[in-house]
Order: sequence, then C-alpha cells, then structure tokens
Amino acid sequence: MPSKISKLQKIVSPKISLRAITKTFPGVLANDHINLDIYNSEVHALLGENGAGKSTLMKILYGFYRADSGEILIDGKPVQIQTPNDARKIRIGMVFQDFNLIPAFTIAENIALFLPDLKPVLHMDAISRRITSLSSRYDLKVDPHALVSQLSIGQQQKVEILKMLLSEAHILILDEPTRVLAPHEVEGLFRIFDHLRKDGYAIIFITHKLKEVLECADRITILRDGKVAGSLLRKTATEDNLIKLMFEKEPDQLKAARKSPQGLDAPVLLELTAVNTCAEGAAVSLKNINLKIHRGEIVGVAGVSGNGQKELGDVGLGLETCVSGTRMLMDKDATGWSIGRVRKSGVAFIPENPLTMAVAPMMTILENMVLSDTWRYSRQGGFSMDWNAVHHDTDQSYKKFGFPEPNLYQPARALSGGNLQRMVVAREIAHNPKLIIASYLTRGLDVISTIAARQALISARDSGAGILLISEDLEELFTLSDRLIVLYAGSMVGEFKPRDTNYYEIGHLMTGSKANHDPKN
Amino acid sequence: MTLIAILGAISSMIFSGTSLLYSTLGEVLTERVGIVNLGLEGVLLVSASLGFCVTVKTGNPYWGILAAMLGGALMNLLFGFLVITRRANQLASGLALMFFGFGISALIGKPYVGAMIAGTPRYLVPGFANIPLLDTPQFRFDILIYLAIPVAILVWWLLYRTRWGLTIRAVGENASTAFAAGRNPALLQYQALFVSGLLAGLGAAHLSIAWTMTWAENMTAGRGFIAIALVIFSKWHPLRAIVGALLFGGAVAFQLLLQASGVQISPFLLDTTPYILTLVVLVGWGGTRKHAAPASLGRVYQGQE
Amino acid sequence: MTPKTEVQEKASLLVRLKINILARYALIILAAFFAFGLILGLSGINPLKAYADIFAYTFGSWFGFSEVIVKMIPLLFTATAVALPSRVGLINVGAEGQLYMGAWLATWAALTFTQLPASILIPLMLLLGMVGGGLWALIPAVLRANGIVNETITSLILNYVAPTVVAFFIYGPWRSPLNAMYPQTVDFVAAARLPNFFGTRVHLGLVFGLIVLVLYWFLMNKTRWGLEMRSIGGNPQAARRNGLPITLYLVLIMCLGGGLAGMAGMVEIAGIHGRLRPGFSPGFGFMGFLISWLSGGNPLGILIMSFVFGVISSGGDILQITQGLPFAVVNILLAVTLFIVLARPVLFKGKKA
Repeated sequence: MPSKISKLQKIVSPKISLRAITKTFPGVLANDHINLDIYNSEVHALLGENGAGKSTLMKILYGFYRADSGEILIDGKPVQIQTPNDARKIRIGMVFQDFNLIPAFTIAENIALFLPDLKPVLHMDAISRRITSLSSRYDLKVDPHALVSQLSIGQQQKVEILKMLLSEAHILILDEPTRVLAPHEVEGLFRIFDHLRKDGYAIIFITHKLKEVLECADRITILRDGKVAGSLLRKTATEDNLIKLMFEKEPDQLKAARKSPQGLDAPVLLELTAVNTCAEGAAVSLKNINLKIHRGEIVGVAGVSGNGQKELGDVGLGLETCVSGTRMLMDKDATGWSIGRVRKSGVAFIPENPLTMAVAPMMTILENMVLSDTWRYSRQGGFSMDWNAVHHDTDQSYKKFGFPEPNLYQPARALSGGNLQRMVVAREIAHNPKLIIASYLTRGLDVISTIAARQALISARDSGAGILLISEDLEELFTLSDRLIVLYAGSMVGEFKPRDTNYYEIGHLMTGSKANHDPKN
Repeated sequence: MTLIAILGAISSMIFSGTSLLYSTLGEVLTERVGIVNLGLEGVLLVSASLGFCVTVKTGNPYWGILAAMLGGALMNLLFGFLVITRRANQLASGLALMFFGFGISALIGKPYVGAMIAGTPRYLVPGFANIPLLDTPQFRFDILIYLAIPVAILVWWLLYRTRWGLTIRAVGENASTAFAAGRNPALLQYQALFVSGLLAGLGAAHLSIAWTMTWAENMTAGRGFIAIALVIFSKWHPLRAIVGALLFGGAVAFQLLLQASGVQISPFLLDTTPYILTLVVLVGWGGTRKHAAPASLGRVYQGQE
Repeated sequence: MTPKTEVQEKASLLVRLKINILARYALIILAAFFAFGLILGLSGINPLKAYADIFAYTFGSWFGFSEVIVKMIPLLFTATAVALPSRVGLINVGAEGQLYMGAWLATWAALTFTQLPASILIPLMLLLGMVGGGLWALIPAVLRANGIVNETITSLILNYVAPTVVAFFIYGPWRSPLNAMYPQTVDFVAAARLPNFFGTRVHLGLVFGLIVLVLYWFLMNKTRWGLEMRSIGGNPQAARRNGLPITLYLVLIMCLGGGLAGMAGMVEIAGIHGRLRPGFSPGFGFMGFLISWLSGGNPLGILIMSFVFGVISSGGDILQITQGLPFAVVNILLAVTLFIVLARPVLFKGKKA
C-alpha cells in the first residue's frame, strides 16, 4: 500500500515548478497559465478528460513543445528546455503513449541506443549486467536478450521505464501508462512506482482513470479545458469530487433529450451479435459487442477516445472484420459484405478525420461530393458523369444544412478541417441514407455549423434513419441520443436512456470505475 | 562432362559470386538504413567503367579498383542528396540514377572498347599446390575473391558490434526513435550510402578488372537488380548474403555446365535463368520475409517539424 | 455563385494552369540541356557544336523533322502505359519488356496469317500486341494486388527476360533463311505493314498514338471510372472507405498499361521495321517512364515531352555519327532532367511528380 504523504514535503521546496505555462495551437488554447509543483519522492497524477491539456503540458516539460509564455524552475532555478535532449540533460525522462521502442531490437539494444555514454564498440554484456541489476532492484524483471517484438505491452512499458532509469533520469513522466495494461499489470506498475518513490524519484503520470489515481497517487492535479481545475492530496480526494472537477457539470443541468418518435419495436437496421474483433498493436479489440440500431433512433456511444469507438464504427461499415459474431444489415447477414455493397444498401459514414479518411485532397470539391456513390451519377454505362445533377444536389444539400457553399472547383485540400467535415456531412447525408455512422461528427466545427450538423442528424432521424453517434462530447451525446451506450477497453459497460442517467454515472463508466451512487444525487 | 568442365564451372561460380557478394553487401547497408537503391545497376556500371578506364590509363589495376570504389561512393552520394536532403521519392530517384549510370558509363567507356588489361594477379588457393587435380589455372583467384568473405564478416561486425552499426539499424527501423535518442538520422544515412558505394565499387571493379578484363556497354546485365533480390533473400544479413551470392553464382555455373555438356537448350533461355531465379526468390521469400525488413525501408524521413 | 462567373473562374484557372505547365517544362528542359552541355564539355566534346548538330538535323530539314516524329510515336504509347497505372498509384517500370512481348505476339500473327487482308490483319496485330503486353504485366499486377511483391521491382526484372525470349524466337524458329548476316525474321507481308505518310517514315501509328492519348484524357476526366481511379490514386484509404473495388482496379489498370506498351511494340515493328529484329527498342519503355514522370501523367504534357524526347533521341542518333558518341549517352540528358524535377528547386512550384 502506498505510504502516507510525508509532512516534510510541506517544508521541502518543489523539485520542479511550472509557472503560468501557456501554449496555444491554431484554434485552441491548450494550456492557460498553468501552475504546477512537483516534489521529489512523490507520485503525482495529472487527471483530466481528453483535450484537457495534460499531454501538452508534459510535452512542454520534456522539450517536445515550447511554451508561449511562462517559466520552468528546477530546484528553484529557471531553466530553458528547448528539445528533449535538454530535458534529458536535467534528468527528465518521458514515456509516451506510443512507445519509442524498436521491435526488431533486443531490450538491451533498445536501451543502449538511448544511453548518453555509449562506447563506439558495443559492450552489450556490460550493458546487460547494468540492466539486470537495476531491474531486480525495482521489480522490473526483464531478460535483456529478449526481442521487444515478443514482449507484451506491459513488459514493453517496463523496458521504457528502465530506459529512463539507465539514462539517469530522476523525474519520470508517463503518459497514460495504464491505458493498455491488464488489471494485474496495473498493480505491478504501481508497485514499481512505490519502489521508485521511496528512492527519491519524482513520478508524474497522466491518466483519466479515477480508481487508479486514488490507489497510487500522492497528490492529484485536475486539468480541465487547459486550466488547473483543482489540486488535492489523495487523502482528501473522492471519486465524486474528482468527477466534478473533471467534468464540471451539475447533474440537474442536464438538457432533456428529444424523444424518439419511434419506439424500440421499429425495424432493426444494424444488429451486431457477439462481435469480437482482433486488433493489431496498440489498437483495441472489441469484445462481445451486442448492439441493435433501429429505424428512427440515435444511439450514442460514449467513452474516452481509444477505447474501441473507432473499431465499432469500422465494424459497422465493414472495414473491420469480425473474428466472431454476426453483423446483420436490414435483416440480411452482412458479415462478409464488401464496403461497396454495404454503402449501396444505404449506409453512410462520417469519419473522424475527413482529410485522411474520406476525401481525395487533390480533387475538386465537386468531384469529392460524388466519391461515395459514383453509381448514382454515372450515365451511359459509365462513360460520362452527370455533373449538373451533382452540382444541383450539392447546392440542395448545403442549403439543407445551412452550410455556406465554397467554390466547388477548388481542390479539397484548400479547405480547413471544419469545412472539410461540413463537406463530408453534406455528401453523406444528402440522399437520405438508412443508417448513418457518425464518428466525432462535430469535432473541429464552429458553433453555427455544430448546431446545423446536429440538427441534420435529428432531421435524418425524424425521417426514419438510424444513427450510430460516436462522440467525446457528453453534452452532445445527452442532447441527441435516444439511447446511450458506454465503451470501455473494447467492451460495452453500460446501456441507458439519457433521461435515466447523468454525467456522473457515464463519467464513472467511461473512466473504468463502477457507479455506486444514488442517481438522485 | 569432363572434370575440367566441372572445375571450370566451380571457378565461374566463385568469380561470378564474388562481385555479386560485394554489391549485395553494399545494398544491405543501404537498406539497413532505410533506403532502397534501385539505381544500383547504374552505380555498378559507372564503377566498372571508371575502374576499367583508370586501369588502362595507369596500367595499374589497384588504382583502377580505388577509382571504382570512389566512383561508386560518389554515385551513392548523389543519390543521397536526392533522397535525404531533397526528400525525393526513392523509387524514382533510383531509376533516374540508373539511367544516369547507363549514360555516364557509356560516355566513359566507349573510347576503351577493345582495350586489354592484364588484370589483377591470381594466386592459387593456399594448400592446393600439392594436390594434382586441383592445381589448375581454374583455381587461381585474385585478391578480391580472397577478401570477399572477410569483408562480409567486417560488414557484419560493423552492423552488429559497433555503436555506428546500432544507430544505422535504428534509423532504418524508425528514424524518429533514433532522433529521440539524440542520433542524427540524415548524417547516418549519408555515411551508410558512402560505405555502401565503396562496396558496390569493389564488386564492379572485380567484374571489369579482375574477371572479364574488358569493357562492354551494359556489362553488368542486371546484376544490380539481382543484388537487390539477394538482399531480400539474405534477410538483410551480411553473412547470409554469402550463401545467396554462391547460389546465383551457381546458377551461372549451371548454365555453363549445361552448355558444355552439349545439352540442346537455347543459350537465350539459359540466359534468363538468373532473372527467373530472382523472381522466384522475390515471390517465394519476399512475402514471408517482409517482416525481417527494416521497418522504415523506403520511407522518406521527414525530419524534425 | 452565378453560372457565368463559375465558368469564368474555371476557365481562368485552366488557362493559368496551362501557362504554368508550359513554363515549368521550358525551365526544366533548359536547365537539363545546360547540365548535359556541361558534362559533354567535361568529356572533351564541344557542347555548342553538339547542340548545333542536333538542331540542324532535327529542325533543319523536313526529313530530319519527320524522323523526330518517327521517334515520338512509340513514346506516346509507352508514356501512357506508365501514366495510366500511375493514376491509381502503381509504378510501371516494365514498359520495355511489355513492349517486346507485344511485338512478339504481333509478329506471330504477321507470320501466321499471311493470307488475311490488311483491314483484318492490322487490327488483329494491334489486339495481340495489347494482349502480349497485358499478359506480361499481369504477373507484377497479381503479385502486387496480393501484397507479395512491389510491382516496381518485378516489372523491372521482367524487362531483362522479355528481350531474351524474343531473341530466342528470332534466332530460332522464326529466323529468316535469307540475310545470314543479321538475325531477324522474314519480312512481313504488305498487309501487315502500316502505311507511311508523305514519303517519310512517319506511319499510321502516329494516328493510333494520338487516339490513345485522347482516349486516355477522356477516360480520366470524363468517365466514372476515371473519377474512381483518380480517387484511388489520390487517397487509397478514403477510396476503400468509400466502397471502391481497389484490387480489381489495380490489376486491370496495370494490365491495361502493359497492353499499351505492347501496342507500342506492334506499331514500331509494323510501321518502321517490317520484321522483328533483336534489340529494336533503344529504350522506348524507359523513356516512356521518364516522360510520364516528368509530365505528371498529364496528356498534354505527354505529347509535349514525347516530342522533346523525340528530338533528344534523334539527337542521339546524330551525335553517334558526328561525335562518335554511343547512343546511350542521351540517357544522361534524360536522367539529369529527372534529377532536376526530383530535387525540386525553389523555382518549380509545380506539383510533386
């Protein structure tokens, strides 16, 4: 069990101080005058939702980004950290979510690559010995001669930590370390944290998982929308007050979801039964998904990004194959259908990244409007395309959604991300599809277009379409969904009607903890 | 099929395999650092021509070998400028280099058509002197042949036992990770290309100076591409390349044996043997061995943003 | 936007694009000629005299100019043979081999069906030329579509096999008993020959080539399939999500490209040589690759660059005579041109090849 906070820490000064760190990216204020103190011998959790600014802050500390303003103090003295090399010189180390490991190398070779004092002729035996002695000290047992490609994710993480330690890092930053770990591996990780902390290391770890924070952190800082929402000692933290700080919403400010005109007896458009997928590498596998989408309903999928949402959307489209289970589309077994066939039967897809997933950047907007249903405008057996009809339908579609229509003859890559998404929405919903899969529909859209896009979904639903809406915006999900499911680590962990639940409960499920409170709270 | 014919075939196998081995070793280094050099054929042509001409001009084959090595290195550096500094597409740049090699080698070599050189001295394999059967001119090999396997071992040592080799391999697997470790991917790629060019030059020099001892247009006849296939066959490992080079050298020997034994197969069809073999290697081994390739092979490193 | 201003916008965009393209080509060609002149100078050859020779030959006489056109004809086909697959993201470097196999199969028809009239024989040869080249491209196509090997290296290696196969037939079963000095087939019957124009060697193949270019332009820009192909080439990931049958297109288009190169072979032997000789192609396939790359797959660009390469090719012939340079030297000029485009100096803000 983690030890109690030492009272001495109140007298000892912080090892690292971040003062008024501010960082802006185009269109978003990622860090807004953030103050943070980190002490030696502590495990400090940086908690918050996606987009709260946690990763950005730590990347600034590690020299990956440069802050627009603010300063960093080490041992009370200001320092300049312009590159990761600078950070490593002052003994800061960082483990990213996608590890910096080379699968084809052995553990020893990977660590050797990062050693600052590597000799021209390799002495792998000496390095292996160093690895073994350090690894037994901190319960990080690994075989230096093993290939990284054969290690589990948990073991790879141990290698990353060893890499930091052997490079003489003293301040260890880990970005979402438990995201890919099994529960027992998480326990192992926290034991390692404990050993390290006792030896004076400072550990910062970024996470969105409450239970773990409460289990191993000494202090917790919550970020929300780029600002520090609160900073607590663990003994004063509870699940409830942490969720409140993370999400800000009071339960009774919930906006009522519009009721669906159809009930659950409406025809089923998409039915997934016991679907499992197999994921490669860091992606998430879906486990035993049972889901029905009926005519005239919006099913919202809540969850922190990276817990299987993308895979669920891809299964619906046919891009991801089901290792087991069946997929029915409009009452036909569609488990083996090609994407073309799926689309022709009336399925539309709005992906999360239009530029890489839906659009041909060098082709004109007008041409792009046709790419998911060329058959509709093909004339004379394919020898010509009815561009007038395309133009007409495009005009109609843009008008219907209230999006300002751009010059259709410019290449699609000239559009901003938000405008691209509008184009994809206008294209996909133009012809009244039966089933719409929308993945992060309003990401990057301005307020007016967001409202219009949401309205478009509602109109589509009212006309009888079924919609699978994947989103990380709880407000959007609660407002639009008729039913709401929560994905965590590839499994469905909850299914509700929005009016029967609230942000707390969903937030708990999204972050992996069990809801055990009274919904009337 | 007489004994002399067999010995002759074995001798041809070794001669043929040697230049292939050097070229393959060079391409192994190149691909280990993440670059595919389809222009290897052009590099070999230029090196072979340069080496031959310098040998004729100076009368000294060792100057010729040196010239070939430097010529190879220069061609590779030109290629490096395109794909590393200008970040051009590796396939197109390689093909451009190939055409360039066709042209330059023809320009250099044309005046020397029909020129004769003495070649490099050949020595009997040590220990064979007292064995009557094996003490034949066929088994006298030049110094480049004797050095071939030691050089392969040297390349292996460089790649696997030195810091330079570790960082080279890291760049070929994931240049961003190498950069995160504080290494300089672009510089390492240039260095690898330079050494690789020297090796390719050695292989080309052996072909024109030590073996055929003449110059002909297009004299490498696709050896560059065979070397590229051999790299895949050897799983990008310098020591396995020895086996591959012997295999292809053997194909040439087999060709000669068949002709010598009077079997009535058209020489043209026999000529296709190395290429068909290359294709078979690519198909049979290319797919399954893809996972053994350096992970970032062919990808242009975008550098720090 | 009112319809009128839209049309105007579109038109001015196109005009600007065309001027841009022409200026870009002009600059590239000038820079390449300069670099080549430098190399010639370093080898002890007077570049100015060399260029004067070339100019005098190619533009100084009607015959010289017609020879340029003669050299250009097969390039129209081979360049399109590379450009078409490039639009779906395939790199076809095997045009040389496909050309030989097309010529081979067309020769078989010419030698076998000697009794047919030209109106049937010529189309038959053309068709078989396509089939020969198409089948030769099928091997790399299938291997690539199944993810086994990249089509670049397989098509490259097959370039070395094809001429040998052809040589086998020429020296063997098809060898002409007359003319023991040069190995070649018997002369084709008159019905197998393409007619010439105006007493020059320019033959009907020119018309076919221009038709091919027009069809290529039409396919890519007007039809549904061209639209789908461009989207596959533009973003294969998105094309997959949008439901397009990618594998089918990859194999089909690669084979079609091979077929076009095969037509180049047929056209060259039926129009110029009238028989099959070994090594009749001075690298038409490779030149086609360069042309396609330099012009970015644009039909107008292909036309222009094919003409330029025709000039250079004729220049190579002349330099062989006046300066004693081997023909292969023109490869330097071609390579330098490609180097310049690849190195993308700041002057050229055109799209990446």
